[in-house]
Amino acid sequence: MSSIPEIKEELVFDRPKVLADVPSHYCPGCQHGVIHRMVAECLEEFGLVEKTIAVSSIGCSVFLYNYILVDTVEAPHGRAPAVATGVKRARTDAFVFAYQGDGDLASIGLAEIMHAANRGERISVVFVNNTVYGMTGGQMAPTTMIGQKTTTCPAGRCAEREGGPMRMAELIASLDGVAYSARVAVNSIKNMAQAKRALRRTFETQIKGEGFGFVEFLATCPTNWRVSPVAANERVAKEMIPGFPLGVYKDAAKED
Amino acid sequence: MSAKRVFIKGNEAIGQGALAAGCRCYFGYPITPQNDIPEMLSSAMPAAGGQFVQAESEVAAANMLLGAAACGVRAMTTSSSPGVSLMQEAISYMAGSELPGVIVNMNRGGPGLGDIGPSQGDYFQSVKGGGHGDYRTLTLAPATCQECYDLTFTAFELAYKYRNPVLILGDAIVGQMKEPVTPREPLPIDPAEGGDWKLTGRGERAPRLLKSLFLEDGALAGQNRLLQKKYEAMRAEVLYEDFETAAADLVVVAYGSIGRIAKTAVRALRDAGLKIGLLRPITLYPFPEEALRALAAAGKRFLTIEHNLGQMVDDVRLAVRGLADSDFYGVFPGNLPTPDEFVEPIRAAAKGA
Amino acid sequence: MSRIVIDEERCKGCLLCAQVCPKAIIAASSRFNAKGYKVAEVLEAEKEKCTGCAACAQMCPDVAIKVWRSVKSKAKEND
Ligand SMILES: Cc1ncc(C[n+]2csc(CCOP(=O)(O)OP(=O)(O)O)c2C)c(N)n1
Ligand code: SF4
Ligand code: SF4
Ligand code: SF4
Ligand SMILES: [Mg+2]
Repeated sequence: MSSIPEIKEELVFDRPKVLADVPSHYCPGCQHGVIHRMVAECLEEFGLVEKTIAVSSIGCSVFLYNYILVDTVEAPHGRAPAVATGVKRARTDAFVFAYQGDGDLASIGLAEIMHAANRGERISVVFVNNTVYGMTGGQMAPTTMIGQKTTTCPAGRCAEREGGPMRMAELIASLDGVAYSARVAVNSIKNMAQAKRALRRTFETQIKGEGFGFVEFLATCPTNWRVSPVAANERVAKEMIPGFPLGVYKDAAKED
Repeated sequence: MSAKRVFIKGNEAIGQGALAAGCRCYFGYPITPQNDIPEMLSSAMPAAGGQFVQAESEVAAANMLLGAAACGVRAMTTSSSPGVSLMQEAISYMAGSELPGVIVNMNRGGPGLGDIGPSQGDYFQSVKGGGHGDYRTLTLAPATCQECYDLTFTAFELAYKYRNPVLILGDAIVGQMKEPVTPREPLPIDPAEGGDWKLTGRGERAPRLLKSLFLEDGALAGQNRLLQKKYEAMRAEVLYEDFETAAADLVVVAYGSIGRIAKTAVRALRDAGLKIGLLRPITLYPFPEEALRALAAAGKRFLTIEHNLGQMVDDVRLAVRGLADSDFYGVFPGNLPTPDEFVEPIRAAAKGA
Repeated sequence: MSRIVIDEERCKGCLLCAQVCPKAIIAASSRFNAKGYKVAEVLEAEKEKCTGCAACAQMCPDVAIKVWRSVKSKAKEND
């Protein structure tokens, strides 16, 4: 019997089911949305949806729970790693992740993130670095780049006056309890593939009980950078990546 | 059947009471005068199959408490005044998110770093909210080591009954004092506790959310109305010790260690023929205002004694307003009062009017 | 033929999809959605060029794009 070639089509990209099918409150071009989608995909790929407890933080992503449909507790500003510690200690079988912005994690919550990491808490932290306090209107963050203009450093961040941007992936990698720390970007397809791998590995360190997992996403905030989404995305490659080099800063699986 | 009596400090009684009450997560940060609690729980909690974490700060400890509470696991943190100030953020969020947990404050002298001696300077902080927003925490004030033990049980029961943080407000006196304590049979942990709200991972059910942010139009008002109803219902939990107030002309009002010391003075003065009684609030929130009001209506006069410059006396005056007033005698920090110190002020108040 | 479908009510017109499309077949349309965003579209004349690579969909912060890729299969091969 001769076979008749037939053109079929296959759905190759659709939203993960755990990502709510609702419009988001994010500004056009805001990459929180991409990072949410990747988190949702990883939860599904690892079969974690049913046993996940998420900790949302204070920033534009406070409404994480409207989009990622898992059990969630809202942490006070900066305290997500401490709240996640309490959650994980209370429910050692749960998969626990915190999702934090740069103001939340690197400024007000610096003690909590460093110590949760140092204790090697079996939790995963998704860190979104957009170099500003997005939710409150684009003020200077600890990650704001030298010369970058914000509403509280209108002439540009000055190293002498305000210090330099904090590189969290590197700082976290220096701590003993950390199993994995990486910095990624979602500005191009190539970087997105790397980002997905890093996020998977971050989750995997918790699944395997290896230690604390951390992944820093470089992301845009077109609104507060006061540029178009496309220009904001271009800035990631032109300015952010040179100042915040991408890469894996620690991976326990690759050591000894 | 209950276990054998043990001779322990008030601090230890709280630790042991917590374990027996089913507490399985402890988070703390060192501060005098309550270090006995984390020290004993650092080994006793893991031995009981629970988790002990020495946090990086009281801010973190209280937020860990929030996290464990969100999972419906009985959890506690303990500290003393400066540390409890740092916990107010999480306590406010817990109240807003309706999360149960026990916070112990072994009150020391303040403001600021103050001293490490006993004090009741944190009364306002404990019963008036302490952190930001319109909320209340149940507050229990033990006067003996046995009460330290028993009220820790009560604290966990109330925390889960009302889904609210509960404070135990002791001081350096009751924390450091050693007394015989009769322990209770440990409570079996009820796996159904918190069944309709606690986070477990969603499994097959709809996802749950515990939060204190209510941005939509009218949402916060709705939430606060709910909370208000709960605070009203908590009034049913009032506890106080009434010592011979019925035949008294003057009622001394004092709580915690000071209540106990004042009681000794009241007893001595009664033996000397004075018509004096004592009302010792055991719950500071809810405050025994109805009991006080009834005493005021019966024509009694009041003297409030505190280890501060006058805080609870405001609540006594509010309770008896329109019917009576309260005199006040305050003990300064750095001073361990004896019953003798209270005899003269009580005698003077009894003579007054 | 591979193709994409943009959910116009979800689209916020950021054009990150257009920026990343290797075939440069996406552009702003002249339509506005209910929220007032000028939505993106695949240029009608160029739509055959779509390879179904899904770059646009991955890039879209609002997960507004679905992608279908054509697969050549031999029907009834196993009959
Ligand atoms: C204790 C406290 N201080 C300040 C704020 C106000 N606040 C809300 S979000 C935020 C910053 C968020 O910035 P970031 O963490 O970078 O998140 P983004 O919005 O940029 O994603 C601040 C300062 C707060 N909610 N709580
Ligand atoms: S303000 Fe910035 S971070 Fe917040 S939603 Fe808008 S673009 Fe995103
Ligand atoms: S699937 Fe690829 S080729 Fe097709 S529109 Fe999207 S980016 Fe362009
Ligand atoms: S990336 Fe998404 S939201 Fe942005 S223009 Fe394209 S389809 Fe619309
Ligand atoms: Mg930010």
